[in-house]
Amino acid sequence: MLRFLERTHVRVESLAVLAALAIVMAILSPVTGSGVRVFLTASNLFNIILASATFGILAIGATFVISAAGIDLSLGSVLGLASVAGASLVVTLEFPWYFAIIGSLAAGAAAGAVNGFVVTRGAVPAFIVTLGMLGIARGLALIISDGRGIYGLPAEILFLGQARPWGVPTPVFIFAAVALVSHYVLAHTPFGHHTLALGDNEDSARATGINVNRQRMALYTIAGLMAGIAGLVFTARVNTGDPTAGLNYELLAITAAIIGGTNLFGGRGSILGTMIGALIMGVLQNGLNLMAVQAYYQQMAIGTVLIAAVWLDQIRARGRRAQ
Amino acid sequence: MSLLELSGIERSFGPVQVLRGVDLVVEAGEVVGLVGDNGAGKSTLMKTISGVYATDSGQITFDGDEITDLDPGSRREAGIEMIYQDLALAPQQDVANNIFLGREPTKRFLGILPAFVDKARIDAEAQRMIDSLGVQIPSIQIPVGMLSGGQQQTIAIARALTFKPKLVIMDEPTAALAVREVESVLRLIRQMREEGIATILISHRLNDVFKACDRVVVLRRGNVITDLKKDRTDMAEVVSYIVDAHE
Repeated sequence: MLRFLERTHVRVESLAVLAALAIVMAILSPVTGSGVRVFLTASNLFNIILASATFGILAIGATFVISAAGIDLSLGSVLGLASVAGASLVVTLEFPWYFAIIGSLAAGAAAGAVNGFVVTRGAVPAFIVTLGMLGIARGLALIISDGRGIYGLPAEILFLGQARPWGVPTPVFIFAAVALVSHYVLAHTPFGHHTLALGDNEDSARATGINVNRQRMALYTIAGLMAGIAGLVFTARVNTGDPTAGLNYELLAITAAIIGGTNLFGGRGSILGTMIGALIMGVLQNGLNLMAVQAYYQQMAIGTVLIAAVWLDQIRARGRRAQ
Repeated sequence: MSLLELSGIERSFGPVQVLRGVDLVVEAGEVVGLVGDNGAGKSTLMKTISGVYATDSGQITFDGDEITDLDPGSRREAGIEMIYQDLALAPQQDVANNIFLGREPTKRFLGILPAFVDKARIDAEAQRMIDSLGVQIPSIQIPVGMLSGGQQQTIAIARALTFKPKLVIMDEPTAALAVREVESVLRLIRQMREEGIATILISHRLNDVFKACDRVVVLRRGNVITDLKKDRTDMAEVVSYIVDAHE
């Protein structure tokens, strides 16, 4: 077990944090009529995974980019753009239902590709490019939708968000499938090895013949595609193409990736770790909801977790250097 | 036909012309020392050979083929390896992955799924490589950043030798090493010559150059000033060329 965690770069600490947080939330959460802690009911546990799925998929996108020492601040906005793009094709323009899928994924990937193009060709720092895209994608989403939600999606799309095959919500299957493929790509393919090497030492990657620009381009496009998938899931879950969908989700996604063990400065990244990170964020949000803590405080809590996670990482890195 | 032939290589960075028409020939299995003062253009010249820098004009042929317009990856394929002064290792990746970086052997599940990295083979071959170089490292599965300077130099050499190169370029391989580690690197260069691998050794340490090389080439202000057989020259003469005090 420990060897498996080490091989997949999952931090034992992050599992411990998840367990400890779950216990605390279980104890602090109110009791139902039948005497069970609300937190521990099956429907609530599904709620946690369901909520985690959306920003978990986003966090997987963040993991790819951050592993290569990049950053994507536009993920939440691109999610909103993808949600609106898919819904407007099917609802407003009355294309067949599957255009919601095509539209969301294409809008996400296109926004990611633009990020990648400007980062590699224009040599503009990723921080600036994706901060700009944060504004552009959100603005575009509001323009396309005229600032209103687009309701009334076909049943095929709602299946992706609201159905429960074998009692498990569809988004959980989608999250699991995306995570499985992503884990395979990052941990076991040459593409994944090159991603980590690029984040670790760009000169090294270039010197060994890796096409650094093409690699970066692909990584930002993947991150955008993940935002597209997350946008589709969001649309399907709430039956709305919502231009404000994913607001502040980049905070959740980046935090989930970092507390899952991905190195903010590149060179190390783990999809399984990110999944645990996403669950930690999900448990935190859900527990605070059950305790009726206002959403405003939740934002503060998540921001604090992000800073604390990076701070701890820095202390750890200093410890390693001092050895 | 020589292994490597450079003719009329020029390269500028903005207004500064670093290489001013360099001609250089390296034969198969030959160890050539490239010396010169700081700023003479040694590293730039080597990077035009490895393909990291494009040339402004001039021609490079390797093993009979023109390679002037090839990228670094294709030149590695052709058999040119470069070991950089900073070693260009990825510190958080393990020893075995570093050795195979950029050329990971792959296999397919059931013959259909996309290729995945054959980690077992990487580990086994990396271990064999390290053993054949006769060096000791704690494990091939620890991050390279945790090894000593000499051990990291060995990993960089192992990476260069894994795919049977014909020419290895080393940029100051001994500059940051302890005395015992220097001997180990020079021994590896001799071992490579016995296997027919040509080496270009850039170094400030003339001692090391004279111990390892057949020929010494002096570069000054982007030009090859002289090209001397080791057994027909001595350190004093080489130094006089480097500092422009000859005759």
